[in-house]
Amino acid sequence: MNEAALYEYVLRMSDDSLILGQRLGEWCGHGPILEEDIAMTNIALDLVGQAISLYDFAVLLEGKDRDHDQLAYLRYENEYKNLLLVEQPNGDFAMTMLRQFFFDAFRLPLFEFLEKSPVEQLAAIAQKSLKETRYHLKHSSEWVIRLGDGTEESHRRAQAAVDHLWRYTHELFYENQHDVELQENGLVPKLSDVQASWMITVQEVLKEATLAIPTNNWKFEGGREGRHSEHMGYILSELQYMQRAYPNMEW
Amino acid sequence: MVDSSQIRNYLNEVSDPEIPVLSVLDLGVIQQIYLDSDQWVIELTPTYSGCPAMQQIESDILLKLNEKGINNARIKHILSPAWTTDWISKEGRKKLLLYGIAPPVDEVDKKTLFADGPRVSCPKCTSENTRMVSLFGSTACKAHYQCRECLEPFDYFKCLK
Repeated sequence: MNEAALYEYVLRMSDDSLILGQRLGEWCGHGPILEEDIAMTNIALDLVGQAISLYDFAVLLEGKDRDHDQLAYLRYENEYKNLLLVEQPNGDFAMTMLRQFFFDAFRLPLFEFLEKSPVEQLAAIAQKSLKETRYHLKHSSEWVIRLGDGTEESHRRAQAAVDHLWRYTHELFYENQHDVELQENGLVPKLSDVQASWMITVQEVLKEATLAIPTNNWKFEGGREGRHSEHMGYILSELQYMQRAYPNMEW
Repeated sequence: MVDSSQIRNYLNEVSDPEIPVLSVLDLGVIQQIYLDSDQWVIELTPTYSGCPAMQQIESDILLKLNEKGINNARIKHILSPAWTTDWISKEGRKKLLLYGIAPPVDEVDKKTLFADGPRVSCPKCTSENTRMVSLFGSTACKAHYQCRECLEPFDYFKCLK
């Protein structure tokens, strides 16, 4: 087993969960309606919980005697390997729901495949997270449809969100030499299979929502290699504040 | 010297901090209890990845055992097989209902993205004429419902499989 490759793989997943969880948490107290305020913070909690399980596994693979808090709070920006998609600002509610939908539709098939991975710990985390992700996808899909096929205003905003975020979705299927290695050894699913499943969900839901898929394939990448958008630093300054101000503090 | 069944009995006195009528045994989160060299190992399966009650439950378990004179226990997390609401005991379901929370009911194929929601009975008047207000509720494990007959708003313990 190539532990360095697997470490990077798990770290990316943890970072995706953590940063998106942090973003969703920003809605706390600002949701458009109480129920959605609660929904988004509940999803944020699930994501942060998944991140903890994944970081716990990552530190084992890394073997440097770090703990999950050190990975979550004490790395520099270029050491985070999350997708550019998840660090994008919340924008309006449509932007948040579309960002969530693109992510959930990716995570669901990923976990479905990983549940069968021979890497036991990863399969266990996937099995656990899969159930939650299915629920998240149901929630975000329903909102995408309601907004897209809603009023003129909600449709306009939802389509604007699709148009804006589409450029970040290509990175969901980023792979490097490490990934190819892991895939060839049968430890993780082929990304092309995950992508096929993602595309089916996206087409089905956007069609129902009367939203158009952009034909423009202009893309933004970099997060997976630690090159982030200008938003990432602001997220980290808030996320890391307590650990930086009070080193080694525990909750 | 205590044995594992005695420890299990003690755990009857540890309740879910968010649903205090349920013990951790009712909730079905406790798996094997065994002695590993000179330490008691309590296997615990988390309900939801991000459920903040889990940490509280862990420290409550250790505190309770401490109270009973057992100072050599530790918690071991078991992620697989993942927890399901099928593990909530029959007794637990009754307790939920009496407490005003509709217990989980079998839902249509959860794999279908837009399957119909479950038919949930109102814990107050038992009418099936209820509506889901929100997929998410006051805690990670619940959804928010309302009865159309008696108008009671209530929590539904989501089916998780």
